[in-house]
Amino acid sequence: MKKLKIGDLEKIREKVRRTANLRQGKARAKITVHMGTCGIAAGAREILSALLKEIEKKKLNDVIVTTSGCAGLCSREPMATVEIKDKPPVKYVDLTAEKIKKILNVHIIKGNIINDYALAIGSERTH
Amino acid sequence: MQDLSLHILDIVENSIDAGAKKIEIIIKENIRQNLLVLKIKDNGKGMDKNTIAKVLDPFYTTKKTRRVGLGLSMLAQAAKEAEGDFNIKSKKGKGTTVTAKFVHDHIDRKPIGNMAETIIVLIAGKGMKVDFIYEHHKNSKNFVFDTKIIKNELNDVPINNAEVLNILRKNIIKELKRIGTMI
Ligand SMILES: Nc1ncnc2c1ncn2[C@@H]1O[C@H](COP(=O)(O)OP(=O)(O)OP(=O)(O)O)[C@@H](O)[C@H]1O
Ligand SMILES: [Mg+2]
Repeated sequence: MKKLKIGDLEKIREKVRRTANLRQGKARAKITVHMGTCGIAAGAREILSALLKEIEKKKLNDVIVTTSGCAGLCSREPMATVEIKDKPPVKYVDLTAEKIKKILNVHIIKGNIINDYALAIGSERTH
Repeated sequence: MQDLSLHILDIVENSIDAGAKKIEIIIKENIRQNLLVLKIKDNGKGMDKNTIAKVLDPFYTTKKTRRVGLGLSMLAQAAKEAEGDFNIKSKKGKGTTVTAKFVHDHIDRKPIGNMAETIIVLIAGKGMKVDFIYEHHKNSKNFVFDTKIIKNELNDVPINNAEVLNILRKNIIKELKRIGTMI
């Protein structure tokens, strides 16, 4: 059976090693995209892809992307939670690729919460 | 769900929720037999007989946030619509295998969709904790993608690094084109 050969892997390993913050605990921000069934059906995969591409473009080595299960708020999917070091987490709802890119540039890079996209405090309810 | 790659992402999320550390995704396309088979195999906590029997009920879930579970019944429905077959094998404490079969050229068979994106998103989310193996066979051609091997080659560079993921995405697309399943 043919194994995937990735010739560039060695090159990329050296390159990333030179530029990235490889030590753990150095991340400044974490973005969690909700990947439950409702999230996926509403477009969560495209949100994560757009985020990865933008992170690569901007060379943001201190931003971690991760996924979690259903957040219990299916009608507001796709959703993502942004956590900046030492700040309370912010939940963003009804996301699009454009919105998540803006969140990355305005909230994560510049530090300003985009209230228009955020889940209003108190409106969080399951189902 | 628009296509099978999204169903697969969703079924794999179940495996992740079940604490799996190794998840295999196998797609076999056989044009001569007019058959498409998806298999998702994990080594998570598994289910007992009782749970397996309930799982295909679209209202059954063990989640605390919601009362409906949809993932498995949606894939079962997709298989049924393409005159296929759906099956779950699970052993408590050992793991679970979900298999869906489809008539390949059936008019109601959902397209495979973007498997490269599904794999990349899985690695981005859980690639540091879980090993993913993706096998895709089309007629006599095939390829295997194993994150364990890639992690070894990367050494201390994390597999979920955005630049690494970009390279991996390009490679998966290239391979899927080589075996003739992605245009
Ligand atoms: N791979 C697995 N290992 C162990 N248990 C599983 C697995 N897949 C599904 N289950 C069990 O079956 C239930 C139903 O799964 P299903 O995907 O249909 O719905 P859900 O995951 O609960 O909710 P949803 O998919 O709608 O977000 C799960 O809650 C879980 O208890
Ligand atoms: Mg599920």
